[in-house]
Amino acid sequence: MATKASRSAARIMMAPAVVLLLGWMLIPLSLTVIFSFKKFLPLRGDRITDRGEGFGDFMWEYVRGFPTLDWVGFENFSRFVGSSSFWPSVWTTLVIVGGVLAITVVLGILLSLLLDQPMWGQGVVRILVIAPFFVMPTVSALVWKNMFMDPVNGLFAHLWRFFGAEPVAWLSEASMGSIVMIVSWQWLPFATLILLTAIQSLDSEQLEAAEMDGAGPLQRFGHIILPHLGRAITIVILIQTIFLLSIFAEIFVTTGGAFGTRTLTYLIFQRVLESQNVGLGSAGGVYAIILANIVAIFLMRIVGKNLDA
Amino acid sequence: MGRIQLKDVTKSFGDVQVIPPLNLTIEDGEFTVFVGPSGCGKSTLLRLIAGLEDITSGVIEINGEDATDVVPARRGLAMVFQSYALYPHMSVRKNIAFPLRMAKMGQDEIDKRVTAAAEVLNLTDYLDRRPGQLSGGQRQRVAIGRAIVREPAAFLFDEPLSNLDAALRVGMRMEISELHKKLDTTMIYVTHDQVEAMTMADKIVVLQAGNIEQVGSPLELYQRPRNTFVAGFIGSPKMNLISGAEAAKYDAATIGIRPEHIDLSETEGPWKGVVGVSEHLGSDTFFHIQCDFSDEPLTVRASGELTLEYGATVHLTPRAEYLHRFDAEGLRIE
Ligand SMILES: Nc1ncnc2c1ncn2[C@@H]1O[C@H](COP(=O)(O)OP(=O)(O)OP(=O)(O)O)[C@@H](O)[C@H]1O
Ligand SMILES: [Mg+2]
Repeated sequence: MATKASRSAARIMMAPAVVLLLGWMLIPLSLTVIFSFKKFLPLRGDRITDRGEGFGDFMWEYVRGFPTLDWVGFENFSRFVGSSSFWPSVWTTLVIVGGVLAITVVLGILLSLLLDQPMWGQGVVRILVIAPFFVMPTVSALVWKNMFMDPVNGLFAHLWRFFGAEPVAWLSEASMGSIVMIVSWQWLPFATLILLTAIQSLDSEQLEAAEMDGAGPLQRFGHIILPHLGRAITIVILIQTIFLLSIFAEIFVTTGGAFGTRTLTYLIFQRVLESQNVGLGSAGGVYAIILANIVAIFLMRIVGKNLDA
Repeated sequence: MGRIQLKDVTKSFGDVQVIPPLNLTIEDGEFTVFVGPSGCGKSTLLRLIAGLEDITSGVIEINGEDATDVVPARRGLAMVFQSYALYPHMSVRKNIAFPLRMAKMGQDEIDKRVTAAAEVLNLTDYLDRRPGQLSGGQRQRVAIGRAIVREPAAFLFDEPLSNLDAALRVGMRMEISELHKKLDTTMIYVTHDQVEAMTMADKIVVLQAGNIEQVGSPLELYQRPRNTFVAGFIGSPKMNLISGAEAAKYDAATIGIRPEHIDLSETEGPWKGVVGVSEHLGSDTFFHIQCDFSDEPLTVRASGELTLEYGATVHLTPRAEYLHRFDAEGLRIE
């Protein structure tokens, strides 16, 4: 992509995709923003349009700014933040994201170091390690809930009883830990995979040079391997954060938002679908967008310098 | 001190024996060059000495002590890799200081040694750059700097100049030779470029398929090659090797004559041939002359002024005192 001609050709060829993605993003985003300033309670009889239910009618009202719904200014916003569940849900979100990131990055590095060693049955082991990533979040959360964490029939309960201990009701007594564990299990393969390819791209002569320079295994890890992995770790953290901020299924099928596991996403879901208050939920959505951007900017600041090195 | 001795060293990868039993002594302060064609085991041998590969059998002694099972860091050797193997995330200063930091040396001493090394290698202005911001020759010097600060018993170089362009290579060749004179430390240098071998070495070790074909000073190898392989490998352009009836006249299976030891004449000489391609280098001209007794054209060196028509007939006279004779096994006949 060096010459002027190839750069403008690239721009032209990327244009359709960019326009499509922009529309894909802008329509839902602007809907959320519009609704967040409206009173919209479907159960109380609020309607998007008086004319019909078709997509054409909807788009027409979209363009006109949904005049059938009343503007309420910033009321939804102040009510969403004013609710006693708001700050705990932000905190819960950050704890889950932070916990999962810490676990997946640390274990991912260890696991990828292990998988990089030549061993018997390497191909099969690698596929097995990646397997959890292919299981749908709903399914894996259900498996964890019923097979492992069930206080009566779960595997852990049996294990605890075998050692004479009282089984733990994981999802109610250690709810946050349990959810962090389930989500980490799902995302560990992703982290491992990216870190493994990064480790494999390390020039082995660098490690040999370090070995000759007198660096022991730990020093080789700290001075050579870890800096080399910096960029991959950055990518893992950025991508995972984006997806982890919106985890939902895992909470929905396990605790249902109870026992202090209500994340911001889950709170918005409850406002929109359980309380049937679209305006209030949309205001929460706008807050979530802002939160995600703040986190992203912070991450870029902290780890982004790894990316241009 | 850096005397390295290999006793019956072998190396196999799986079932493949890459180094058959090999004996070699490298004296303290010697500049030894391993040469040989690609894949002959030069790098493997160097890595065995460094300790980066385990030897399959035999003994390696460094300064008279058995070093066979000593880890690389404890052998007191420093290696310069073909890819330089610089640490890309560290500045030049940190790269050079790395072995000293690993040795837990005091910061003052580290600074002193890094500054001294940078001065020797003309790197003072680049100490705060990253390797990615340096030219190939500068990277090469950083790699050497990282080796010299440790004050090792011996330096190991694995084709350190093969990534550089021709002009830079000549310059670096001189610099390494000069460094050797200055430090007076044992150096083992791997290359497949026989010009490097001839110009730098105190002692050349010619390898083929893991076997040592001959060990000796550059001139010894040039003047008295032990067999046809060494005869053909050392010297540029190659020695002319002639076998068959013409060789039988000299009581040998093969005879060899270097391009500079053949006299050209338009009228008389025992060998008659037709001029093929001529290579004019300015200082010399190399003629490829097809004689009727050999399949390969003979290479003949003449002065730079001489030009001959393509297809012209010429006569050649080998100088008898420079003729090499080899028996049916390819070994030299005295
Ligand atoms: N790790 C290995 N496993 C199996 N065979 C190997 C290994 N390393 C080297 N070999 C084999 O050993 C032989 C010698 O290799 P080596 O790298 O020492 O050659 P070299 O003389 O350095 O060649 P070059 O001039 O091309 O660098 C080659 O035939 C190579 O295929
Ligand atoms: Mg090699």
